[in-house]
Amino acid sequence: MAEYSAWQVIKNAFNGNTDWKQAWRKPEPKSSYDVIIVGGGGHGLSTAYYLAKEFGIRNVAVVEKGSLGQGNVGRNTQAIRSNYLLPENQHFYELCMDMWEGLSQELNYNVMFSQRGVLNIAHHPAQLDQFARRGNAMRLNGIDADLYSRADVGKALPGIDMSEHARFPIYGGLMQKSGGVARHDAVAWGYARAADRLGVDLIENAEVLEFIKDGDQIIGVRTTRGEIRAPKVAVCVAGSTSEVMRRAGIDRMPIESHVLQAFVTESLKPIIHTVATYGGGHLYFSQTDKGSILFGGDIDGYNSWAQRGNLPVVEDVMSEMVTLFPGLARVRLLRSWGGIMDMTMDGAPIITTGPLPGMYLNCGWCYGGFKATPGSGLCFAHAIAKDEPHSKAIPFTLDRFSRGYAIDDKGQGPTPKWH
Amino acid sequence: MRINCPHCGLRDVAEFSYAGDANRTRPDPNSTDMDVWNDYIFNRVNTRGRHHEFWQHNHGCRAHLIVERDSVTHEIFSAELAKKSAIAPIKTAKTKAAKS
Repeated sequence: MAEYSAWQVIKNAFNGNTDWKQAWRKPEPKSSYDVIIVGGGGHGLSTAYYLAKEFGIRNVAVVEKGSLGQGNVGRNTQAIRSNYLLPENQHFYELCMDMWEGLSQELNYNVMFSQRGVLNIAHHPAQLDQFARRGNAMRLNGIDADLYSRADVGKALPGIDMSEHARFPIYGGLMQKSGGVARHDAVAWGYARAADRLGVDLIENAEVLEFIKDGDQIIGVRTTRGEIRAPKVAVCVAGSTSEVMRRAGIDRMPIESHVLQAFVTESLKPIIHTVATYGGGHLYFSQTDKGSILFGGDIDGYNSWAQRGNLPVVEDVMSEMVTLFPGLARVRLLRSWGGIMDMTMDGAPIITTGPLPGMYLNCGWCYGGFKATPGSGLCFAHAIAKDEPHSKAIPFTLDRFSRGYAIDDKGQGPTPKWH
Repeated sequence: MRINCPHCGLRDVAEFSYAGDANRTRPDPNSTDMDVWNDYIFNRVNTRGRHHEFWQHNHGCRAHLIVERDSVTHEIFSAELAKKSAIAPIKTAKTKAAKS
């Protein structure tokens, strides 16, 4: 398949764009592979790509229940950042940030990565002190962070309510200028196409019904498109983790599934130039290249496997948005939707060998998995290929809870709805 | 979602707060078995389908409830006072705590 390039665009323009080839094949599943990856979302596809690219394992199948990239990779609010407090998270997410910077070239697919900055807004002195502490922790680990004054925030976000009489007047902020957004669908498609070009079979509409076992050893999967065997089976199914693990005989996981909603407005002239978060509640927002304002807030707060939420959270998120931007009160909402988050007990992800022999597990991204897509794939591929964790993913094992090494960035404790 | 509170009648979900799976059994407080405590604190069944769970009507009568709800459709089947519920764990916890 030809490389995408400006020359291709020009050439195809002259013959009516009729020569574009399908971006990836639709292969029939073979009876066996070296590795099966369960889950064709962002993380599953990037894992397949790095297995083939970095570790030379090309006899790989990705089995997906529906179509590729229809889950959380196409439902998130696109924010990319590494502004964490704890070193475990900082090292891992900064690895991801480095990978984002070259991703479009790496995949030969424009993921529209735009480093427009991520700004956390503070509304009182104590909050700004806390942000300064986190900013210092970031800088100590080589991540850029700038403390913003009230005036800086006003300059970065024209249209924001800067009045002294706001419910929570703006006090300052913490900016990570290297943060930004990427076009989420392009990330899924880019990884899918790049993995396919290296020989990975992407098998859609193949739901895993059961894991085939030899004793405790996982040796394959029985899917709606037949049995597929492999000595290594990797599970990468985000919100469906508990249910898929039940099919392997594991009943309890340190995970609860929760629904998170997101919203997008009609297109407006550019008014929001960064990704930003509101510190008086829980709200994050950015403006897409099409002009829509894309935003979201808290998870609904109860166990849910429905990809839709309830109205109280909609009302909360809207009221927060209008508090910050009174001028947007009459803007119309185009769409709202929900996705299922695999919320862990400490808010940090799980990338691990096991828990059964022959099995590998990548889950627990809470609602921050999109920004981790490249690093998650690389570290998971490393675990699968070498049977040991990548140097940046050592802390994210499943047994960290029983060993007392939870990575609780916000110090919330084992209550998933608070992470 | 609306929950039918036994004291207050059918009320919007915004009046309630959620406290998770009601089928977990708190270990004996005297137990020093770390595996049992780890399992209780960190692991969840995370049911897909009908699920018994704790809610508190904290913007109403403040009663703790056990609600049976479908986690896929969000349909609510029943809501009863937690202290009167037939679901075992709370009672087990209380008896065990009382004995120790």
